[in-house]
Formats: sequence, C-alpha cells, structure tokens
Amino acid sequence: MAAKPVGMEVSIAVSEAVMLCDADVVAAYPITPQTHIVEHLSELVADGKLDAAYIPVESEQSAMSSCIGSSAAGARTFTATSSQGLALMNEMLYRAPVLRTPVVMVIANRALSAPINIWNDHSDIMSVRDAGWVALFAENGQESLDMTILSFRIAEDPRVSLPLSLNIDGFTLSHFIEPILLPTREEVRAFLPPFRPIVKLDIADPISIGLLGTPESYTEARKATDDALTASKQVVSEAFAEFKKHFGREYRVVESYRAEDAETILVMMGSIAETAMTAVDEMRDRGEKVGIVRLRLWRPFPVEEFKAAVRHAKNLAVIDRHMVLGVPDGPVALEVKSFLYADEVRPNISNYVLGLGGRDVTRDDFWHITERAKQPGAGQRPRYELVGVME
Amino acid sequence: MRAAETPFEKVTAKTFPKGPDALASGHRACQGCGEVLALRLILKALGTDVIAVSATGCMEVCTAPFPQSAWRMPWIHVAFENAAAVASGVESAVQTLRRKGRGPDRRIPVIAIAGDGGTADIGIQALSGALERGHEDFIYVCLDNEAYMNTGIQRSSETPFGANTTTSPSGLKSKGQSTWKKDMPAIAAAHGVPYVATATPAFHLDLMSKIRRAAAIHGPAYIHVYSSCPTGWRLKPELAVTIGKLAVNTRIFPLYEVLDGRYVLNRRVEKPVPVADYIRLQGRFKHLKDEDIAVIQDRVNQEYERVEKLAQAFPVEVAQAG
Amino acid sequence: MAKQIDALMKVRDLPVGFTAKPGSTLEFKTGDWRSMRPKLDRGKCSYCGFCYIYCPDGVYQDMGKDEKYYKPDLDYCKGCGVCAQECPKHCIEMVLEEV
Repeated sequence: MAAKPVGMEVSIAVSEAVMLCDADVVAAYPITPQTHIVEHLSELVADGKLDAAYIPVESEQSAMSSCIGSSAAGARTFTATSSQGLALMNEMLYRAPVLRTPVVMVIANRALSAPINIWNDHSDIMSVRDAGWVALFAENGQESLDMTILSFRIAEDPRVSLPLSLNIDGFTLSHFIEPILLPTREEVRAFLPPFRPIVKLDIADPISIGLLGTPESYTEARKATDDALTASKQVVSEAFAEFKKHFGREYRVVESYRAEDAETILVMMGSIAETAMTAVDEMRDRGEKVGIVRLRLWRPFPVEEFKAAVRHAKNLAVIDRHMVLGVPDGPVALEVKSFLYADEVRPNISNYVLGLGGRDVTRDDFWHITERAKQPGAGQRPRYELVGVME
Repeated sequence: MRAAETPFEKVTAKTFPKGPDALASGHRACQGCGEVLALRLILKALGTDVIAVSATGCMEVCTAPFPQSAWRMPWIHVAFENAAAVASGVESAVQTLRRKGRGPDRRIPVIAIAGDGGTADIGIQALSGALERGHEDFIYVCLDNEAYMNTGIQRSSETPFGANTTTSPSGLKSKGQSTWKKDMPAIAAAHGVPYVATATPAFHLDLMSKIRRAAAIHGPAYIHVYSSCPTGWRLKPELAVTIGKLAVNTRIFPLYEVLDGRYVLNRRVEKPVPVADYIRLQGRFKHLKDEDIAVIQDRVNQEYERVEKLAQAFPVEVAQAG
Repeated sequence: MAKQIDALMKVRDLPVGFTAKPGSTLEFKTGDWRSMRPKLDRGKCSYCGFCYIYCPDGVYQDMGKDEKYYKPDLDYCKGCGVCAQECPKHCIEMVLEEV
C-alpha cells in the first residue's frame, strides 16, 4: 500500500483501478463526462501498462454488445458511459444479466436529454434501474477507486455472475482531483481472483447462449435472474468485509452518518453526501438531531439494512436526483415508501428532488430540507418538493 | 498489397466434408428453406473450431428455442442489430486471452451471421464499425433472403425491385418494392477489408471455399449469401437450389470476390437465362407485367456489366476461391 | 411420433444463463411436418451426394462405400422435395406420406 495518498483526478483513479485489476477487454465510446476514464485506459493500453484489447466501437450500443461478447468469451471486461450513451445501450443492458455476463461499467452520471445537458444528476441510472444489474454508488475519489476493484470481485463471483454498474457523479466526482491511496498490483491480485466464468463460449465445451424464451420458459428465466440479483447482496457484503481485511477501509451496503440517534434522517446516494455531511455537522452543532443514510448499494435494494438504519427516525427526507415524470414521487422515495408501507410504525416520509442537470447542491439545501421534513404533515404531502425551482 | 492469408483447403467434390453437420437437424426452418441450407453448408465448411454469433432473425429463432440448440460450436445471440459488435467483443477476447496465455494457442475464427435486415438496415452501423476496426479473425456472413421474413415478409433495403412484400405491397399505384437492392458487398469493400465475396448454396463448393478463404485471411471478411425463402418469395419449397442457380445464370446474382479491393468474377455467365424465367417462378413477382420485367432485365444487364468491368479493370493473379 | 420440446422447467432446474447443449435440437423430430416423403430407387442412384449436400435439414446419411447411397432420416425429413428436384438421376420420388 502506498504510504501517502496521491492527488489524482477521480476518472484517472478509476482507470488505474481497471489497470490494477488487469482487465482483458475495454470497449467504449466517448461521451462527456465519462471521457477521461476511457482516454486514460487507452493510454494505459498504448503504453503497455495494461495488456488489454481496447475496442474503439462506433456507438454505445456496440460498446455494450462487444462487452457482452467479450465477457461471454471469458475476458474480464470493462466499459464506461454516461447519460445518452447509457440510453443507447438500453436494449443490451436488459440482456446482459440474463446471459450472466459480468461486465463492469462505470457510469459517470449525467442528466438525460432533453434539453441536452452534460451535467450531473441520476436520471441516466434511474432510467435503467429495472435492467437487472448490480448497482453501486461511490461518494468520493477513494471510494471510486475501491469500488472499481470491488466491482470486478462482486460481478465475477461465480455466485453472482451478473453485470455491475458503478455510479460516480459526473463532473462533481469524476473530474475532481482528490487525495487517493493507490494499492499495488500485488495487493489487488491478492484480493481479486482470476475471472473464471460460469457461462462461457468455450471450444472445448460448447454451449449456446442467448436462446429464445417462449411463454413456457420466459417467466422462469426472469425469475432465475431476479433470484441471482437478490442473492448478490450477500456477496457484496462479504466482498466489503474481505476488502477491509486487505485494504483496511470499511464499506457497508447502507452507510450511516450521525444517524444512530437522529430524529430526522436525510436519505441520499452519491457525492452530495459529502456536502450533506458538512451541513449535518453544522446542524448538529446547533442541537439538531439530524443524520444521513446513504445507499451505497442501489441494486439489489438492501431492504433490511435500510430499514434497520432508519427504523428509529421520526422523519425521513428522501432526496432524489431524478424526476419520474407523471408520478408525484422520485424513484428512491417511491421505493422507500413501498418498503416501509407494511411497517406498523413508520416515519414521516417526504421527498425532495434537487440537483438536476448539474444545478449546485449546497449546504443550505440540506438545512432547508431538514426544516421541511420536520414540519407537521410533511409525510402527507401529495408530491415531492422540487428544491430551488423557479415557478 | 495482398493481406496475409493462411493456406486453406478449397472444398471440392472429392474433399467435401462428410462428417456430421456442424448444424444439427431438428431446427425449425421452413420446408425448403434456402437460408438454413446456406447456413448448414457454411458451418460444414468451417467445422466446430469456431465461435458463432447470430443476429436475431429466422436462423436464430429456428435454431435455438430454449432448451435446445442446433449449433455444435460455441454460439451466442444477443440482439438484432449487433451481431458484428458482439463478434468484435468475442474476437477481441479470444485474441487477448490467447496472448495472455489463458486461451487456446491457435486462430479461432469468429463468424457473425445475420440476415439482410440485420446487415443492410438495422445492423449496418455495427457492421461498418467492425469492418473498419480490422478485427483479425472476423467473418461476417449476410444471409440475404431479401426481406424481413421472421416478422412476416416486410421489405428491407435488400428487397429487389418489384417484389411484393407486406410493407411494399403491389396495388393500383404500386408495383411492389420501388427501389433496387442496396449494394452491400460494395459497401463492405469500401471499408478496405481484405476479403468480400458473394455466394449461394446452389453453388455449394464455391460458397464453402469462400468461407474457408474468409477464415484463412487475416482481417475482416464479408460474404453476402443469396438465400431463397419459399415462404416469403411464394416459391415452391423444392426449388431452393434451382432458384439459386437461376439467380446466377440470369446474371441477377453474380458470383465474385473482392480481394483487397480488386474484383474477381468467379463465374462468367456467357449465355444468360432471361430474367423472366427467374421472376415467373416466384409469387412475389406475379403482378409484374412484361414491360416491368423488361425494366428489371435492363438493370440486371447494367449491374452485371459493372461488375464485369470492375473485374476487367483489376486483372488479379491470385487463385480465386470460387 | 416426435418427442416434443420440453421447455417447462422449474426455476431451480434452469441451466445457468439460460443456455442449451450443442446440437440438442436433435431431440426435436421434425419428421411429422411432412406430407410428402422421398422414395428412393437405389438402382438408378449414382452416389453423387447431391441429396446429402442440398438437404436444408441435413437428413441424408452416407451409407458408405459398400452400400453406395444416401439414406434420409425420416425422423427429421420435412418433405420439402429439394433432394428429388436436384437428383441428377431422378432416382428420388416424392410420394404422399401415409399415416
């Protein structure tokens, strides 16, 4: 382990992690703000630091198609994309889990058009939340690097063998320079076993992959995939525990910050939690019993861990970075409400949408949300509050 | 400069591979399907030391309904438009794993197979990318049955002029398909790939030898295979081979190779059969009048002449596969 | 006659990745699609192999140098008649399948 952290752009750290994991194939198409990741990967290949095939495909649709083919052929496979690129992959995203191809993809989260917008929110990943991928969110640079390494370990675990997306906020995380501890190749090799696919295009043992599922078998095929995805949560937790043994840094599927005795809990995902922690510290200094619960694992949704983390709270303020047009709740709030519905005692849940298309999320926003979440009747509001909207 | 080519064995009447088919019986292709015949012969020429990738389409659906598969080599289908991209990923993986000592230490051709819709329409972008990138052990086969047969005979950009399809119907103000076939071999050749060829299962030795050459050549190969469809063409099932021979002997479907951009006409048709003899066997053309057929005849003459002149322009000293 | 496809499986019995074994369509006998059946006149057969080559369903089997003919596997023959059409010696006749 490098004794000292190095100042490094987070995108570069992600690429370095892919190199440390000795990926075999990278297929990618440039899209802002993912570009620095794939640019650096192509440099690493060009310099011989990463012995991989870099396929400069002509579209994201082909990027994901190539990744599925590569993974099925037994290669450790990586790609990265954002926003419209993810949207163009859509059809293939739904196929990869059923074929059990453990492609690892970093999504530098960016708003979906229209209007065209290159800046950060979570509308891209939310648009494919039902596809069947394991989905992780990173909060800062070190997490981005660590989660990249963990992603290969989780996705390729024979008990999982599913594609995985690691979400890092575009620009506000991907383009920041942060102090990062870089592990050595040896350390990564000791943590990450070689890729041994459970479904493989193998001349010595030929199978057919990608069959027609008639009404007799389609339901069962979907259920088998859902079972695999649901079961992956245990492997994620195990991998986090193993990671701590190797690297000393501890991660959980649901992270809490000063939430243990909090009356009001702010629920969120991704890098805005860094700002929120500062706001929570300030509010705590003034005696406000407020904390943060952050979903690191988004798919499969860690229902039990989430409930355990928020059970005691009076007020839940669920923060969404995406609007479900035509529905009065954001996607995270919709799910949180449904999971808590059957509980006898449940907190007042109110929903806040903010930070769309790169609009800044500030400490003041979290002060504001905390106040609003505490108001009587907050849990009965008919729809989300679009924070900072000019109406 | 010719691209590198590993020596390969042409398929002759004497060396015809008699072993078990690489595509098993029990598939659900229609009676008299010329496309599955092409596929069977192609796979017979290659054997099972290959990896096959299919686009969605008739051949995919009829060969791989869960829990069964007709394919005897490793096979994958992902989607309709992306066979070339999936094959790119497979090929890159196979090459990389070989280099890194984790795969077989020999060339393993990766063959992508799609229909005309999956090639010339929805799949042309993925195909163009794959051809341009120059994948070393990459063969792309278009099985052209001239319409979207799997979805019910809708027109594609490979449907011939005058053909009645469910989306190019003939009527009071329509003679059926109003456009001429997209020249996919020329589009493929324009990518500067080392090998492009046309073939039909009716000339089976030519087809199988071309597939062998495609596997032998280092770099992407594109083979456009005429594949008759009794259902979509309203053609008697027993005529699957007869119609293919006629397509060549009328000069409608010339057999040629493009070796590093140089055209070689494999089968010179000295005394062409009239196009009408081909047209009249197929119900999809039954609304055409003699004057319509004359228009088609003119076009066929022109197109054949164009290929012939291209071949004359490039006297090629290499042995042709066909 | 045909053993029909059995795609009904419990979730736990599905092969991982929804895959299939190579060549397993052999379990599906397509012979019952047939209304016409090829009838061979071996006396005329020149053992040229065109029936074997041009059969879209690959049903003809080489009976070897002693027997010198190709025999259709009626478990799979769909009765398309390509073999009869292409036989240069006209030794295959398509006759009505009798049930």
